[in-house]
Amino acid sequence: MIRAAGNGGSLVSQSSQPTRSGTGTVVRLKVEQASYAYAATDRSAPKFTLGPASFEAQQRELVAILGPNASGKSTLLRLLAGLERPLSGRIELEGIEVSALDWRTRAQRIALVQQESELPFPLRVWEYVLQGRYPYGRRLRFESEEDCLLAGNALAQVGADPLRDRWMEQLSGGEKQRVILARALAQQPSLLLLDEPTQHLDIGGKVELLRKLRRLADENRQTVLIVTHELNLAAEFSDRIVLLHKGKCLRVGAPAEVYERDLLEEVFGAPLEVEIRPSGRPRVILRGNH
Amino acid sequence: MRPLTPRRVLWVCAALMAVLFVMVVISLRMGADPISVRDIVVTLFDGAVGRRDQIPSEFWLVVFGLRLPRIALGILVGAALSTAGAGFQALLRNPLAEPYVLGVSSGAALGAIVSLIAAPHTAGAIQAAAFVGAAATTAAVYFLGRRGGQLDSATLLLAGIVTASFLSAVIMFLMTTLNVGDLRGMAFWLMGDLASTPSVDMRWLYLVLLIAVGSIYTTSSDLNLILTGEQEAQHLGVNVHRVKLVVYVAASVLTGLAVSVSGAIGYVGLLVPHVMRMLFGTDYRLLVPTSAIGGAIIILAADTLARTVIAPTELPVGAMTALAGAPVFIYLMRRRAR
Repeated sequence: MIRAAGNGGSLVSQSSQPTRSGTGTVVRLKVEQASYAYAATDRSAPKFTLGPASFEAQQRELVAILGPNASGKSTLLRLLAGLERPLSGRIELEGIEVSALDWRTRAQRIALVQQESELPFPLRVWEYVLQGRYPYGRRLRFESEEDCLLAGNALAQVGADPLRDRWMEQLSGGEKQRVILARALAQQPSLLLLDEPTQHLDIGGKVELLRKLRRLADENRQTVLIVTHELNLAAEFSDRIVLLHKGKCLRVGAPAEVYERDLLEEVFGAPLEVEIRPSGRPRVILRGNH
Repeated sequence: MRPLTPRRVLWVCAALMAVLFVMVVISLRMGADPISVRDIVVTLFDGAVGRRDQIPSEFWLVVFGLRLPRIALGILVGAALSTAGAGFQALLRNPLAEPYVLGVSSGAALGAIVSLIAAPHTAGAIQAAAFVGAAATTAAVYFLGRRGGQLDSATLLLAGIVTASFLSAVIMFLMTTLNVGDLRGMAFWLMGDLASTPSVDMRWLYLVLLIAVGSIYTTSSDLNLILTGEQEAQHLGVNVHRVKLVVYVAASVLTGLAVSVSGAIGYVGLLVPHVMRMLFGTDYRLLVPTSAIGGAIIILAADTLARTVIAPTELPVGAMTALAGAPVFIYLMRRRAR
């Protein structure tokens, strides 16, 4: 369950233990009035890239962060990943402030999947996935049998087991996406963050990936957050939506609560129609006569 | 899944050390006065166990006085340049990066020449100045190679090539106008050779080599991740800034060390890590030690050829490495462009 966002005063929590929501389930991720700003130079005025945002997410939930380009989605994801410290407010994972975690502990709890950088040297798929075990070892460590087992399980979970001996550069876009996801799963994170994971996939690949993420959230008791532009896929597969626009968190809630025609038209600047399907999930279509 | 084990690292390194020993014996044998392999092995053994009185004086002079110091210098230079090359390739995430191509060797050579002019009799000054020259050039090329805040492969290489040309021109200018050719010939600094004896005790140079190679080795797990992307490495818990600083300083020290005693020998830092990758894979936990030993082997082979191919005239060892390394560079560049 996710509570609605607010733009009011500071609500800094002093808790250091996981909190319980009204239904008695443990809140995995708690974002309280988190904002972020940067300045081009030391003397220039700070430029807000994300106004105060608040929401909560529990284990087994899939949350979609939606919004047009430059709405602050990636900034929010970096804050959630602990790569940036919020200017105000706080972000807690299982009761501990994310930015206070040391590098390795953070990597054991949070995995961030982004578009893969170009690899300068050839690498086998299994070598790539084994890198996900890095946060669990000492410096200069060599991988244990347990690491290999967990990396193998991660590959199997995303259906990439047959790819294990292939070279990374030989994989198709969809195969590569699965292998990158497997490396993140090998980290055994409680929070899995994905930045536009469907970007280079065809429609079949997109649906397959979202199904997989839905299943992983259930099987691994993970909290999964994705940044996406796919309104209909987000409505179909996610439990809750965080809608951002021009650096502001406009609304948080179940897809049917967030998908209002006027709101979506204002945010995305396009003539849209929203219809509620028998399953209770909304569907967005482009209005004619445009 | 066959992850790398410490046992495999040790076996591979032991095998390469055996090849290096064979190369040392071959190198000791070749020269104006050929010595039989048996005599070399007996002389080395007697020397190692302290039985100097049993070694004929002419063998002592040729093996321990002339050829072994040059071989020791070759091992030092080869190991330093190859490890620096492997380090730069990870630091810049570029397979074509190496001290010579990036202009870092030229920066070190210029530093060394300036120290020879300014403080010719200060012990260790030449090595320190070569390190400063190497570090400053690395920093300059790193910033010149950025485009839109990102390190761009093509821009980086162009920056390196232009910097190397500029620094070589400054070296030529200094050597010509200041008439300081007697400090060592221009070819030594621009091409590199192993004929001169360093002014500093070799044991100190080896100590610096071990510390710098060891420093890079301690970051090898981190470098494996940085090669897949700096941001990705950061997400996986790598302190990217710390690792880059360690590799930057250590690779600059290694380049400065090698150039201060041998001039700017090219392409070893490119050739050797790539050959080791082809043989043993891309894992830096194996690549760093194999590059160090492989670099020693390649330099010894190149120097032995340079001494014997048109004997009694000696070629600079840098000419031999360039003959082999330049085609490899072109091959890698074309493969990357495809």
